[in-house]
Amino acid sequence: MSATGIGASVRRKEDHRFITGQGRYTDDINRPGQAHAYFLRSPHAHATINTIDTKAAAKMPGVLGIFTGDDLTADKVGGLICGWMIHNKDGSPMRAGAHPALAQGKVRYVGDHVCVIVAETLAQARDASEAIVVDYSVLPAVVDTASAAKAKTVVHAEAPDNTVFNWHLGNKDETEKAFKAAKHVTKLDIVNNRLVPNPMEPRAAVGDYDQGEGAFTLYTTSQNPHVARLVLSAFIGIAPENKLRVIAPDVGGGFGSKIFIYAEETVCVWVAKKVGRPVKWTSDRSEAFLSDAHGRDHVTHAELATDAEGKITGLRVKTTANLGAYLSTFSSSVPTYLYAPLLSGSYDIPAIYAEVDAVYTNTAPVDAYRGAGRPEATFVVERLVEVAARELGKDPAKFRMQNYIKKFPHQTPVIMMYDAGNYGAAMKKALEIIDYKGVGKRKRDSARNGKLRGIGFSSYIEACGIAPSAAVGSLGAGVGLWESAEVRVNPIGTVEVLTGSHSHGQGHETTFAQLVSDRLGIPIENVSIVHGDTDKVQMGMGTYGSRSGAVGMSAIFRAVDKVIAKGKKVAAYVLEADEADIDFADGHFKVKGTDKALDFGSCALQAYVAHKFNGQDLEPGLKEGAFYDPTNFTFPAGVHICELEIDPATGVTHIERWAAVDDFGNVINPMIVEGQVHGGIAQGVGQALLEGAKYNSDGQLVTASFMDYCMPRAGDLPSFDVGMTVTPCPSNPLGIKGCGEAGAIAAPPAVINAITDALGHEDIAMPATPQAVWRAAQKSLKRMAAE
Amino acid sequence: MATVSMTVNGKAVTGTIDPRTLLVQFLRENLRLTGTHVGCDTSQCGACVVHVDGKAIKSCTTLALSLEGASVTTIEGLAVDGSLHPMQEAFREHHGLQCGFCTPGMIMAAVDIVNRRGHALDEQTIREDLDGNICRCTGYHNIVKAIAAGAEAMGGKAKPARQAAE
Repeated sequence: MSATGIGASVRRKEDHRFITGQGRYTDDINRPGQAHAYFLRSPHAHATINTIDTKAAAKMPGVLGIFTGDDLTADKVGGLICGWMIHNKDGSPMRAGAHPALAQGKVRYVGDHVCVIVAETLAQARDASEAIVVDYSVLPAVVDTASAAKAKTVVHAEAPDNTVFNWHLGNKDETEKAFKAAKHVTKLDIVNNRLVPNPMEPRAAVGDYDQGEGAFTLYTTSQNPHVARLVLSAFIGIAPENKLRVIAPDVGGGFGSKIFIYAEETVCVWVAKKVGRPVKWTSDRSEAFLSDAHGRDHVTHAELATDAEGKITGLRVKTTANLGAYLSTFSSSVPTYLYAPLLSGSYDIPAIYAEVDAVYTNTAPVDAYRGAGRPEATFVVERLVEVAARELGKDPAKFRMQNYIKKFPHQTPVIMMYDAGNYGAAMKKALEIIDYKGVGKRKRDSARNGKLRGIGFSSYIEACGIAPSAAVGSLGAGVGLWESAEVRVNPIGTVEVLTGSHSHGQGHETTFAQLVSDRLGIPIENVSIVHGDTDKVQMGMGTYGSRSGAVGMSAIFRAVDKVIAKGKKVAAYVLEADEADIDFADGHFKVKGTDKALDFGSCALQAYVAHKFNGQDLEPGLKEGAFYDPTNFTFPAGVHICELEIDPATGVTHIERWAAVDDFGNVINPMIVEGQVHGGIAQGVGQALLEGAKYNSDGQLVTASFMDYCMPRAGDLPSFDVGMTVTPCPSNPLGIKGCGEAGAIAAPPAVINAITDALGHEDIAMPATPQAVWRAAQKSLKRMAAE
Repeated sequence: MATVSMTVNGKAVTGTIDPRTLLVQFLRENLRLTGTHVGCDTSQCGACVVHVDGKAIKSCTTLALSLEGASVTTIEGLAVDGSLHPMQEAFREHHGLQCGFCTPGMIMAAVDIVNRRGHALDEQTIREDLDGNICRCTGYHNIVKAIAAGAEAMGGKAKPARQAAE
C-alpha cells in the first residue's frame, strides 16, 4: 500500500481551504446587484388565509417586490413534489395533497410560506414583512402522531382521515402462525422521537437570471444539485434543463436535510427573474427549525416470537409514521421501503410482517434524516431482542449470536438478499474492546459509589449503496439511483474526475482522488475532483444513503477501466506492439515480455498529439465516462456496545465506554471512515439522550432554537473505541458497503438498552433526559430498597 | 449610518454602517471575510467566534460599532506569512473537521482555550471548554484530539507534525 493509495489514512486535500477560512459556501457567494429575500411565515399551525395586504409593505424603503402563491400560479410554477409513489394495502395509490411553494389560501404548519419579500437589504425585507397584514381564520391543529387518523380536523381534503397511505410488507399468514406457535412473545410500545437534522450551515440560495441568455443559475445548499435541477425543470417548471444551472458549492453538512427540493430555493430562483436582480436567501437557525424537513417521528407496537430454545421465530410491527403537513421529496419512502425491509436485523427470522400507516399533521414535513428508516427499524429490532433476552434470562450477547444469520447469501422475508457478513466476528471483537468479562465488577464498583451502571448492545444492519434502479423503480421510486463519473485525462497526464456525487463533509476530494491515483499510478496531487455544478457534471444522483463510496466510486472505477483500455490502444501504436500484449501496472503501459514501456503521462500526451496513430482507426483524446447502476443494496453491519453510569440523585447519564465494531467492506481511507462513525454515534446519542422536537397542542414548535433543542456538545460525549471487521461487498467492484449512517443507526438502541439495564426496568423513552432518567431511577431505587 | 474604525487581521479598516450591524455582518459583508460563519441566532453554536483584543468573542452578538479602535483577528488572520498556525495544522492532521462550517469558530475557540488554560490540556478540560461551540459532523472525538495536539504544538514541545500525505 502506498502512502496515498487505497487503504491509507491520507490527510484531506480539501482541508486547507476550510482551516484557513477560504471555504466557499452558498452564503459566501454574492452576485453583482444582489437583492435579498425574506419569507413571511405562518405563525399558525393551521389556518385559512382570507387576505394578504401588502400595500403598506410594498412602499417601505428598499422593497423591490412582494410575491404570493397567486404570482407563482400566474407564472405556471408548479408545486413541490414527492418522488416516491407508495401503494395502499388494497393496491390504490397514496393520497397526497398539493404542496405549493407559497401558500394557496391555506397554511398547514408554523413556518409555512405565506409570501416572499425582496428588498435591497435583508434588514429592509424583514422590516417590510412586519408591515404585511394577513387575515387568518385559525383552524384546530392536528399534531399528535398516534391519533392523527382519528382527528376531526383534516389537513388535506385529499386524505380525509389524515392518512396518506396504509401499507404493509412481509408474510402475514406465516407470521400469525409463528406467533400462535411461540413459546414466548416479547411486546414493546416504542416512540421514535422527532428530530431536527441541524447541519451547522443553514440552508441558503442565490438565484440569478441572465436576461441575455434567458438562463437561470441557482447556487444552493444541496446534496444533489442534479436532482434539484431535474425537479425544478421537469416538475416545477422554472426553466428547461439547458436553461437552468444548479451549483452546490461547499455545503456545510446535510444529513439528509439538504436532499430535498424546498419552497425557498424554488422561489429564490424564480423571483430573480421577476425582480431582474440576483436574489439571496439565507435561513436563520429559527427558520431552519421550522422549515427544514424533520426526521423520525414513529409510534410503533412491536412483538417478537421465540420458541422453547430461544430461537426467534417471528416479528411483527404496527407503525404510525408522521409525515408532517406536506409530503417532502422522498418522505413516503422513509417509513416504508427504507424501514420495513430492515426489520430482520442481523437475525434469521423466518416470518416478518409490518404494517405502516403514514399520517398528515400540522407540523413541518418529515423526510430522510441520517439513516432514514433504518434507525427506526434498528431501534425496534434491537430493543425487542434485548428485552427478549432479559425476559428469557439469557445473556444478550449470546442470545444475539444464537440468532444471527450465519450463511450467505440470505433471503429475508422482507425483500432483502443479504450478500455477505460475519456478525459473530463483530460481536466477539466488540466484547473484547468493552471488556465484557469485567462489567460485573464495574457495576458493583458503581453501586458502591451510589451509581447505576448499565451495558447495552446494538447489533445493527443497514441497506446502503442506494440503489439498483430497476429494483427501486418496481417499488415506486420516480428515478433510477445509479451514479455517473467522467475521468478526463489532460495532455500532461493530470486528471479531473467529474462525479455526480456531492461532498459536504465526507471527504470525496480525498478518497476519490486516492482511488484514481492508486489505479492510474499517478501522484494524488495530480487528481482533482469536480462536483456540484450541473454545467460541469452532466448528470448525477447525489449523496445520501451512504451511496457515494459504493455507487459513486464504482462509477469512477468503471470510467478508469475505460481510460486504461483506451490507453492500451494508444500505447500499442506508440510502442508498435499488439494491443493484446500491453499490460498496465504501476502507472506504466508495458509490452509483455519486453522492457518497452510508456508511462501514463506520456500516453496521455500521445493520445492528444495523435501523431502515432490514424485518427480514423483510433479517436484522439483520453476521456471516458461511466454510469454505474448497482446490482444489489450493500449491507454494512456491526455491533456497538455502550456502557454508562447513571447518577440517581441527578438523573445525569454519563457514557463511560463505547465500543463500535463495523463491517463496511473494503475501506479506502480509514481515518475518514472512523470520522464518519464518530459523527454518526454522536447524532445517535443525541437522539437517545438529548434531542427531541416538541410541538404543543396548538402546533407551535416549542423547541425551535439551540436554547431549547439540545444538541450534543463535546461534554456530552465520550471518546469512542472504533474497530472494524471486513467482509468485502460482492456486488460492486471495490467491495465497499458504505459508512455514513452506521453510527446514527446503531447508537440509539445501544444507549437505551444500557439505561434500561442500569435501571432494571424498561420504562424509559427517548430522549432519556436527566429529568426522565431521574424519575425512572427513583422507581428503581424503591424496588431495590424493597428487595 | 455611522462610521467605525478598527484593526482586522493587522490592517486598519473603516466602514460606514447601519448602527445595528453586527461584527459578523461587518466582517462578512463589508470586508468580505467570509471565513467567519453564522450557524445560529441565539449565540449558542460558536461558528462566529473571532478574537477581539486577544480574547474569543461571538461576533454574532457583538455590535460592530462597539468595537471602535479594537483589534480583531479572524480565521483568515491566523496563519502568518502563509504558514499555518499550529492549531490549524493540528485540525488537519487529526481530521478535526468534516464539512468545515464550524471549523473557523472551533479553531479560534481552541486557540483561546490554550491562551487561557495553557499547553497541557486534558480531555475533560477541552470538552468542558468547548461548551460554546457545536459541531454536527465529527462527534468531537477528533476535535478534542486536535486541540490537545495543537495546544502542545503551540507550546513548542510537540514533535514535528507528520507531513500531510497529499
